[in-house]
Amino acid sequence: MVWFYLLSGLFLGWSLGANDAANIFGTAVGTRMIRFRTAAIVATIFVILGAVISGAGATHTLGKLGAVNALAGSFTVALAAALTVTWMTKLKLPVSTSQAIVGAIIGWNLFTGSPTDMNSLSKIISTWVVCPLLTAVFAFFLYKLATKIVIKANVHMLEQDTYNRLGLLLVGAFGAYSLGANNIANVMGVFVPAAPFKDLSFGSLFTLTGTQQLFLLGGIAISVGIFTYSYRVMMTVGNDLFKLTPLAALIVVLAESLVLFLFASKSLEQWLISHGLPALPLVPVSSSQAVVGGVIGIVLAKKGRGINFRLLGKIASGWVTTPIIAGVISFIALFFAQNVFEQKVVDRAKQRQAVMKRIDEENAKVHTIKDAAEFEVREKK
Amino acid sequence: MTMIFKKIKSLEKQIDNYLDLVVKGGFLFKQGVKYYMESEKEEFQQRLDSLNETESDGDNLRRDIETRLYTETLIPESRGDVLGLLEACDRVLNLTAETLNQFYVEEPFILPELKNKYIELAEISISSLEEMVAAVRAYFTDVGAVKNYINKVQLYETESDKIATKIKYEVFRKDVDLCQKMHMRYFALHIENIADEAEDVCDRLSIAVIKRSL
Repeated sequence: MVWFYLLSGLFLGWSLGANDAANIFGTAVGTRMIRFRTAAIVATIFVILGAVISGAGATHTLGKLGAVNALAGSFTVALAAALTVTWMTKLKLPVSTSQAIVGAIIGWNLFTGSPTDMNSLSKIISTWVVCPLLTAVFAFFLYKLATKIVIKANVHMLEQDTYNRLGLLLVGAFGAYSLGANNIANVMGVFVPAAPFKDLSFGSLFTLTGTQQLFLLGGIAISVGIFTYSYRVMMTVGNDLFKLTPLAALIVVLAESLVLFLFASKSLEQWLISHGLPALPLVPVSSSQAVVGGVIGIVLAKKGRGINFRLLGKIASGWVTTPIIAGVISFIALFFAQNVFEQKVVDRAKQRQAVMKRIDEENAKVHTIKDAAEFEVREKK
Repeated sequence: MTMIFKKIKSLEKQIDNYLDLVVKGGFLFKQGVKYYMESEKEEFQQRLDSLNETESDGDNLRRDIETRLYTETLIPESRGDVLGLLEACDRVLNLTAETLNQFYVEEPFILPELKNKYIELAEISISSLEEMVAAVRAYFTDVGAVKNYINKVQLYETESDKIATKIKYEVFRKDVDLCQKMHMRYFALHIENIADEAEDVCDRLSIAVIKRSL
């Protein structure tokens, strides 16, 4: 039964692999700089590594937004997100898994009467706007720097081509790692509070926690998506959408990967804080929107005009429509799951514990269970 | 990794060698025309043989480069342009060999007072070929410098036009048979065509440079 419940998350993982791997290796494969097989193998390895090693950061923020604590609930929430993504893709509307899952979680919060952490929500929403902007800024400056270096170096065209390929492969590996680290939260985040797995120890070598096992599964689902379906998407990205020069493509992927990494890495966050620098919240962001930001950065660096503001408007509208649609679908699906299929979509005991924990964290003055219940009611309002 | 760079280096060397052959062909042509005008038959024959050999070596080397570019899937974005450029360079080299062979086959009569003008025309046309090769080399290593070389090619081409027109003008005002006039005009035209063809390569190169922007 556990495996059945995980299916919707695995499906979400598959669609993420099918679509988002193209944001990393699309131009390289589409322009035949890297073979699909090579790209798929590298992407697979690093997506899994990123998910298992650094996936916890962004997942934690999603968990704070709403801890979906029963497996049937997690299944329904992930399914609602997956349905939203599939439906909107079919309608050719811009869609991001990150935004769909956030909407679906809020749908669960509303349905089960759990509090939505407004602090986490505002953090997540502001990140959606910041992510493409930050990628554009990174791409702009990195491109300026790279062109200066390339012009000064006067390298033979053939050698430059080899460096480019190598760069695309390395940056692609980094991008895949960041994608795994940042986006695994979308795929498996909702299953974490209800994680069905026990820790697995491999002698004294290392231990895989239940969450890491979940992430490993999600990573494998993403890899299957990459191998089975991403080729077509890569060819579209490489040939139709944006005609980028190899160097510009490299910069776009580098900027995107850096941004995804910034929004995923706990150790980087700690390093930034310890050096007195502002740290970014660890939030799952959309790699597709980061790529669009990166391309705009390149266009600006080339002093080119012709930025498609209608496209930008369409993407921005996705920030509103996707979570709302996912939220509504999630709410309705949870109703059916609970009342028609008689599934337990929320664990009330765990929910109460979570609320108490938050009260503790926020140092609210609570002396009795009654007070806790009042706090819960206040949060609901 | 070292293997890949070794491969790349060897291909770079092949392209360089090919361009060297084009320059060599131009030099042999210039010498050949000079010895023809000076009626040094043996020297002329030697240059002609060398030029034919150079042209054939060039063909083989170019084919090898083209095959490697495709089989080793190198520079997928620009290989069409590179192939086009190498083939266009080859047409210039072929033209030098073809023209010198026509001197050998047809033994055109050239008026003694015009011989120096023909030598000058050959020198200017070959200068444009040499600048063309420099432009192609720069395309691979220093795109910013290509424009300078292309300008020089255009200057030499204009100059060769002027000299060829002068020759033709004088030829048709001399008291010789019309067939001889036609023959001399025909050879001035052929030598001038080398510079024209070099200019065509540069036109192609200008577009390739725009496409190679970073």
